[in-house]
Amino acid sequence: MSVVFSKPHALTDAVLHYCPGCTHGIIHRLVAEVIDEMGIEGDTIGVCPVGCSVMAYDYFNCDMIEAAHGRAPAVATGVKRALPDKFVFTYQGDGDVAAIGTAETVHAAARGENIVIVFVNNTTYGMTGGQMAPTTLPGQITQTTPFGRDTAVNGFPVRVVEMLATLSGTALAARTAVDTVPHVRETKKMIRKAFENQKNKAGFSVVEVLSTCPTNWGMSPVDALERLRKDMIPYYPLGVYKDADIHNSPEVK
Amino acid sequence: MNTNILIAGFGGQGILFAGKILVYAGLMAGKEVSWLPSYGPEMRGGTCNCSVVIADAPIGSPLVTTPDVLMALNTPSLDKFIETVVEGGIVIADSTMIEQSAIDAAAKSRPDVKIFSLPATELADNNDLQGGANIILLGKLIGETGIISDEHFKAAVDKVVPPTKQKLRDNDVRAMKMGAEYA
Amino acid sequence: MKGNEALAEAAIRAGCKCFFGYPITPQTEVAAYFAKKLPKVGGTFLQAESEVAAINMVYGAAAAGVRTMTSSSSPGISLKTEGISYICGADLPCVIINVQRGGPGLGGIQPSQADYFQATRALGHGDSRVIVFAPSSVQEMVNVVNDAFNLADTYRMPAMILADGLLGQMMEPVEFPETEAKTFDKPWATTGHANAREHNIANSLYLKPDVLEKSIIDRAARYAEIEKEHTKADCYLTDDAEIVVCAYGATARICKSAVNAAREKGIKAGLFRPVTLWPYPKKELIKASENAKCLLTVEMSTGQMIEDVKLSIDCKKPVHFYGRTGGIIPTPAEVLEQIEKLTGEGV
Repeated sequence: MSVVFSKPHALTDAVLHYCPGCTHGIIHRLVAEVIDEMGIEGDTIGVCPVGCSVMAYDYFNCDMIEAAHGRAPAVATGVKRALPDKFVFTYQGDGDVAAIGTAETVHAAARGENIVIVFVNNTTYGMTGGQMAPTTLPGQITQTTPFGRDTAVNGFPVRVVEMLATLSGTALAARTAVDTVPHVRETKKMIRKAFENQKNKAGFSVVEVLSTCPTNWGMSPVDALERLRKDMIPYYPLGVYKDADIHNSPEVK
Repeated sequence: MNTNILIAGFGGQGILFAGKILVYAGLMAGKEVSWLPSYGPEMRGGTCNCSVVIADAPIGSPLVTTPDVLMALNTPSLDKFIETVVEGGIVIADSTMIEQSAIDAAAKSRPDVKIFSLPATELADNNDLQGGANIILLGKLIGETGIISDEHFKAAVDKVVPPTKQKLRDNDVRAMKMGAEYA
Repeated sequence: MKGNEALAEAAIRAGCKCFFGYPITPQTEVAAYFAKKLPKVGGTFLQAESEVAAINMVYGAAAAGVRTMTSSSSPGISLKTEGISYICGADLPCVIINVQRGGPGLGGIQPSQADYFQATRALGHGDSRVIVFAPSSVQEMVNVVNDAFNLADTYRMPAMILADGLLGQMMEPVEFPETEAKTFDKPWATTGHANAREHNIANSLYLKPDVLEKSIIDRAARYAEIEKEHTKADCYLTDDAEIVVCAYGATARICKSAVNAAREKGIKAGLFRPVTLWPYPKKELIKASENAKCLLTVEMSTGQMIEDVKLSIDCKKPVHFYGRTGGIIPTPAEVLEQIEKLTGEGV
């Protein structure tokens, strides 16, 4: 008998607290697989956010730091500057990356900070019970937009990777999803590329992963995946928005 | 001995620099010294003053509120600080920059202090020492008080002015002499 | 050397490897000095996008096990308090400088001591403390930087140097000690486990109340030890003093001149100057005020440290107050007048 499927070493044995049908588990696994495959667990420091993945420090086997809400890119910067040869990644949600931590996100990218941000976009604040997120779609009903997100009141969703792709310090800005097997494979490929970028000191890499929140969307896991395809992907098109050698651009002095 | 010196004028007149020369000279003479600038948010042209204390014992307040010596480089500074000078104190004033009426008024209101006025800015301009009025005044201050020696003055200039600017060093020494010898 | 520059130089000599900051008057020279010198000794200077980011970068570098610091002035410190609380919660060492200016809000840019309460009681939410040093000369700035790093590393907590614009801008002669910077083992640091140990976690989240309570009680025990072992004060002519003036930082310098002037007039005045504000040197104050009939607290605020003075002596003697604020510095003459008034009244 041979083992054909096992948990990546970079994940601990702790039981994930995520709700049934939530795709955080898949994304955790993909990050852990990449760490395993690159053989870098002992050289990696992860920074987790405030939000659903607040306790990711219990799930990843590498050294972990828990940051204040939105501050993970700044904390990661501190670690990376102190230990430039180590791998540093953050794992953050939409509120963390695109609301309270927008400045930290944008400036880490602008500095070309040699870190990886894994950004999980599920268009809602999951941990606090489903309030409007900066990525909540127009018309989407949440606890704080009970009549649907009204753009006249709440403005428009932030397309994070498109925005970060405009910055010269960004080496990789990609959006993927985890609704289908091909998309899951693509997601892993992009996370791997992001970590390889860091290894090559290529600059700032962000991978936005469209994810589901069946609990707060009030849907079955299957329906939630369907919503991701039907509503989210059209608003947040998948693709690689930037893949560049920032150190050899004409702007570099 | 504890000498409290206040140097006051506009920003850009070399107030802080003159103070620096004084404290470095004091330091080289083995004295206790302190230097404290006080200036407005403007980088140039704003009001500017500098407290310098040169003492034999450890210095308490580095902030000079009742100067033994006031070096004034403009009218507002003389007006503002003349009343704070201690009895028997010394005032060194740049008469190019300060209106004669202000100097007269100061002399009238404070007959108990010695006021020395000299046209420092004019002297500087006429002797190819542009911007050296502060050091000319400092020379007068040193001449009248004997607070630091010529050697320590030169050593301080060498400390504060980099060797690449030898001409400035020479000018400072010349300006100091001019002030000290002005009668 | 200027106070702000001396601070930075002392920190580099103490082995500070990473400095993160944001420009704010009147402490900008600290950052500028680091920017010039740190890269030359293999360190990192980084100007952050905000005060908030800067303190969180400090959090990251502290977790990574290096000596790290930030500096700011009053409004900037308010922004940093979030991060300071997390650093306390995660038990990480760092040094924070506050070159105080006037407040509240944007306040002014002139010297002030109005952040005493914040520094000693409220550098962030939660049941946490920060060791606070209040140097009073440029030389002491240098000395306390070293003490701050050592105590921060010993007790795994932040230490603050509470200065003011006057000390920061002032130039005085200074000597740097020749001693090597102390180094500390940091087995808890998140440096990558190198497949040689369990993973380390830097964290302040404990969702189970009993676990959180235990972490707070453990920390409180360390705080108690610090309160016992690490108070520091400077007593000047207090042995026979009938009036003890209490002041810290730049104000203490002014009060020293006033005390000298009072002595010249035959008034038995002394000066009690706390060097640590938390822990407050209570036993030192009790001893310094043994023969005093009354105490006079002088601050550049409307009266903050006076509470610690009263608490230290259990309000057993009258404690008076004199303060200037908003960027106005009290003069020796003003303080002397207060001393004369209080002693003249035969208090």
